[in-house]
Amino acid sequence: MAHRIEIAYKAGTRDVPGEKLKKKIKRDMGFDVEAKVVDAYIIDAPLSADILNTLKTDVFVDPVIQEGYLDEPAPMEGDWAIEVSFKPGVTDNVGRTAREVIESLSGHRFEGGEGVYTSRVYFIKGTLSETDVIRLAEDMLANTVINRYVCKNGAQYEQERGMGAHAPTMGRGHEPTVEVFPITTGLKEIMRINRERTWALSADELRAIRRYFLAKNVIEARNKVGLTESPTDVEMEALAQTWSEHCKHKIFNAVIEYEEDGKKNTIDSLFKTYVMGSTDTIRRKKGRKDFCLSVFKDNAGVIRFNKKFNLAFKVETHNTPSALDPYGGALTGIVGVNRDPFGTGMGAKLVFNTDVFCFAPPDYRGSIPPRLLHPKRVLEGVREGVEHGGNKSGIPTVNGSLVFDMNYLGKPLVFCGTCGIMPRMIQGKPSYEKKACKGDAIIMVGGRIGKDGIHGATFSSEELSEVSPTSAVQIGDPITQKRMTDFLLVARDRGLYTSITDNGAGGLSSSVGEMAEDTNGCIVHLDRAPLKYQGLLPWEILLSEAQERMNVAVSPENLDKFLDLSKKMNVTSTVLGEFTDTGKFHILYGGKTVAYLDMDFLHHGLPKMKLAAKWERKIRDEKPIGEPQNYGDALMAILGRWNVCSKEYVVRQYDHEVQGGSVIKPLTGLNDNGPSDAAVVRPDLDSQEGAVVSHGICPKYSAFDTYHMMACAIDEAIRNNIATGGSLDRMALLDNFCWSDPVLSERNPEGSYKLAQLVRANKALHDYTTLFGTPCISGKDSMKNDYMFQDIKISVPQTILVSCLSVIKDMKKVMTIDFKGPGDLVIVVGTTYAEMGGTEYFSEYGLMGNIPPKVRGPLAKKTFKTVQKAIGMGIIRSCHDASDGGMGCALAESAFAGGLGVDVSLAAAPLVAIFRDDFLLFSESPSRFIISVKEEDLGTFTTLFKSVPFGVLGKTRKDKRFVVRGLQGKQILDISIDALLDAWQMPFKKHFSA
Amino acid sequence: MKKMKPKSLILTGNGINCEYETAHAHTLVGFEPDLLHINGLVEDPAAIHKYTFLTLPGGFLDGDDLGSAKAQAVRWRYQKIGEKGKRFVDELIEFVAKGKIILGICNGFQLLVKTGLLPGLKGNYDTQTVTLTFNDSGRFEDRWVYLRGNQFSRCIFTKDIDTIYLPVRHGEGKLIVDASETLGQIRKDGHIVMQYCDERGHVTPEYPYNPNGSVDSAAGLCDETGRIFGLMPHPEAFIHQTQHPRWTREQVGEVGDGLRIFQNAFKYVIENQLGGTIDE
Repeated sequence: MAHRIEIAYKAGTRDVPGEKLKKKIKRDMGFDVEAKVVDAYIIDAPLSADILNTLKTDVFVDPVIQEGYLDEPAPMEGDWAIEVSFKPGVTDNVGRTAREVIESLSGHRFEGGEGVYTSRVYFIKGTLSETDVIRLAEDMLANTVINRYVCKNGAQYEQERGMGAHAPTMGRGHEPTVEVFPITTGLKEIMRINRERTWALSADELRAIRRYFLAKNVIEARNKVGLTESPTDVEMEALAQTWSEHCKHKIFNAVIEYEEDGKKNTIDSLFKTYVMGSTDTIRRKKGRKDFCLSVFKDNAGVIRFNKKFNLAFKVETHNTPSALDPYGGALTGIVGVNRDPFGTGMGAKLVFNTDVFCFAPPDYRGSIPPRLLHPKRVLEGVREGVEHGGNKSGIPTVNGSLVFDMNYLGKPLVFCGTCGIMPRMIQGKPSYEKKACKGDAIIMVGGRIGKDGIHGATFSSEELSEVSPTSAVQIGDPITQKRMTDFLLVARDRGLYTSITDNGAGGLSSSVGEMAEDTNGCIVHLDRAPLKYQGLLPWEILLSEAQERMNVAVSPENLDKFLDLSKKMNVTSTVLGEFTDTGKFHILYGGKTVAYLDMDFLHHGLPKMKLAAKWERKIRDEKPIGEPQNYGDALMAILGRWNVCSKEYVVRQYDHEVQGGSVIKPLTGLNDNGPSDAAVVRPDLDSQEGAVVSHGICPKYSAFDTYHMMACAIDEAIRNNIATGGSLDRMALLDNFCWSDPVLSERNPEGSYKLAQLVRANKALHDYTTLFGTPCISGKDSMKNDYMFQDIKISVPQTILVSCLSVIKDMKKVMTIDFKGPGDLVIVVGTTYAEMGGTEYFSEYGLMGNIPPKVRGPLAKKTFKTVQKAIGMGIIRSCHDASDGGMGCALAESAFAGGLGVDVSLAAAPLVAIFRDDFLLFSESPSRFIISVKEEDLGTFTTLFKSVPFGVLGKTRKDKRFVVRGLQGKQILDISIDALLDAWQMPFKKHFSA
Repeated sequence: MKKMKPKSLILTGNGINCEYETAHAHTLVGFEPDLLHINGLVEDPAAIHKYTFLTLPGGFLDGDDLGSAKAQAVRWRYQKIGEKGKRFVDELIEFVAKGKIILGICNGFQLLVKTGLLPGLKGNYDTQTVTLTFNDSGRFEDRWVYLRGNQFSRCIFTKDIDTIYLPVRHGEGKLIVDASETLGQIRKDGHIVMQYCDERGHVTPEYPYNPNGSVDSAAGLCDETGRIFGLMPHPEAFIHQTQHPRWTREQVGEVGDGLRIFQNAFKYVIENQLGGTIDE
């Protein structure tokens, strides 16, 4: 019989989780209740009464504030008890730790079928109906994708003696069998199975697969290892994963017929033509000054940092899992991207994280389509997932942003980035290279395999719909991963492995398959893999995306040393097979061959996609708006918009300074509450070099022309970097595309327009990165960010995240956005145009506009170089980029961050075709900065900026008045910076922290 | 004469994550730090006796899954190691009895409290009398705080420290006592070594100066010898000028406030000839 231990707060002590819940219930659901939280452990193992008692009185309780109950329910306080537990098989990190502790205290080793499971019981007191209680359970406490919940009223709780000790075990599962699919049946039948199994293969691809299996030499080879001509489920699943959009980027590699204004041309691979094409050009042009070391071929891009170290940087998305389970999806997103730089070259130590989230507005009041969660719940879950993933891994989260748009209701976008540092040479070889050798053991390191995340790669290659499998959701375990990375860094420095990569999308199938390209073959025994529970089918073991696993190649002479160190550091390492040169991807289970595929076919047999794209220009007919009556109200309204407002609530919950390298933090200024444009990190505490990290993202301009949207995102990323002291000479970019489906089909009539949007974005990427000399070193695309349910379709706005990393020689020559002292000159650098399309200002009044911001490339480059030089010379006192909310918001932010007012006149600003104060204040023209300098430095400044447009707007004040005169010289604003700060901080205070 | 630096020990592994910058601080003040995986102590618990100064850095031991640092505390309290069946806490008590010193930062402080080593009232190191639990805000927060040192404390780490400025980065830092007598004893015997205060140095219970709602605004405790010290804020996070949140706008010295705690540790080790010599 399983035992149950419940932990409740002692009378007279504060139940902080309960109090927090009570507030949240009031704020989000409007119920006035009292809430208590009780933690429960179900222990399904034969333990002595002694140990059970120790668990109850000490191990599971904090004896100062809590009390334990063994096999008796905690006294109910309230009218309802709601228990939320994990569904069988869902990762239970607390349960895992509890098991480990019990093992070390009792000496009892948990056998198969035994376990520790945790759950939470909520006691709710208040006049709620049963319907209210179910709503509370489903909308706030439990996520039915991963949780089960039980509600009991007082009488039931009493009568049934609490919640009961039900262990959510997995059961025995099925006998491990292998299915074969007759290859000779027609295509129609294979298509049916394809849909049923979420393979997401196209008819063309299935034809290629059929051709392969029916080839005479293939059949002969297969017969020799005991297989028929028909593919096994292991083979079909491996092919489907390896050939998925997620893994192969089929759209980016497709042949595209592109039509624009009646002219047609063919593009053979967007990726090769524009992304890799521009990087190649830039590297050639830089010649000896090229700082790129490894681009687009490994898990992350690698650049030179200083004489001793390189940096590896990668950004990934984890959108669909975050839509279904925001916490688990985002947690997996961050710990997943950690493994990218960690699995790059010989492995990098992780030094910082970045995160950018896109959601629907948290105060959304409309209805929520089936299977979706309220955006506020999504935001909180994602925020917490990244908090736990980053903080518990000891990696500072240094830069990020939150972007809001109604159309992220169908799918949130969760971008997670990680940068790692690696010595330039390891064991006398360049660290960014690696190669598995024939005869090396294939070793899986870290977590165990379960059904988690099966079909993650294929499932993210389709839209989210009523049939999306929930098994794709997984919960990360930062501690298991931390133990693993601690161990592998030691093994790396001792030269114990020859190659490393991570297990992400596609599981072992992808990771071993990719590593095996080094030697052209591998043999893997699936039955040797450590499992979380019994009953997994061979293909499930191969495909599982269970987290916290890396693969390494270890030569026979290092094998014992490697396994020994692993054991000492409490990390599971298992030899699964070895690398061969047979040309075959050879998988066995119980000694029998279950997959036997040609490496060449697996990796290069995928037929190219052929797609059509057609560009159309769209003009909207809109009534213009009048000038605002009250500019103070208008400015406060813009500052209080979700896209502009303070994100301090989120930022403070992320550790942004662990590892000691923090130089410029995300929050800055007199009261540490101003928004930094970029972060500066010193990854090597023994050197003065710094890494400046920033990003640009502006999906709101996509509706006009993705060419300009892309240009603006690049400009914004670079602008933020430069404003903080970054260097255009050693600057690298990462491109992350999140698109709504660009493939034309019956269900997707807009496909060819969306593909044209993708083409135009890529053209801009090419044009502007080449112009600025800022190569893309890595990137990712996610192509099916749509939600479909019957006739409801929600597509995300086409979104690009440009992440930007520059390396500077002296981390003390950096800059912050806050005005530093009274009487400094306030200067705007860059020209303002009447580019109101997509601006926060127009959106506030429900307008789109027709003219989006455009980047004037050559002038932008000159501007960046000049600002960089001025910051380096030390004549700049503060520098802030003007972006969302335009010059008005940038001025306000610099002012309240510095605790100083301003006295400025808009008439001094360089402008083109602007006749209204509101357009000048709120236009979002790119390549502009708000700068302050000491009056005596104006001469130097003017000489330096002789070929860059700028205007001296006025001065900072010593009091808190924010005074602005308009184009006609009339005073249009006189407001306290405290009022502006309040307006800017209000949204998150009101909806989250209150 | 050959230069000999005193050897210090920093524990790592199992979720500890501030070992890198902690080792940097040790090195800067003159120690020669070794990093040791916390599991290594199960094999060789006596390994600590080679050192004079032990630091338990910040992090998330076992993910804080059973409450902050709890799982590790339980192992140290209950797990019998080796043939003699000694517990690791006994080694630590012996370590301190030899006049050596222990610093627990953040998660390391939580570990010291949950093993009973702090405050260790009247030399009783076996009973947990206080705890560090959820902040009143219910949230993990990263923010900088002002701290006032207790001039009357025996703590060797905080000697001559009046006020300092350091970051807190925790979700469970609120100090609570098990009974009012405990609080009386803690106050009477000068166990509260550092308190949260405002920028002028006045101790205050007000958020966010006191970021978690700790009783008496206590941020750090020592034992009655003054040689075991635990602190929620991170001294290793303010070693260099550029770690200060406002170094770009205020006059901030080259050396950060946090280094003084490590300097005091070094001075103590040298003055008490616990190991190593340095060239004058």
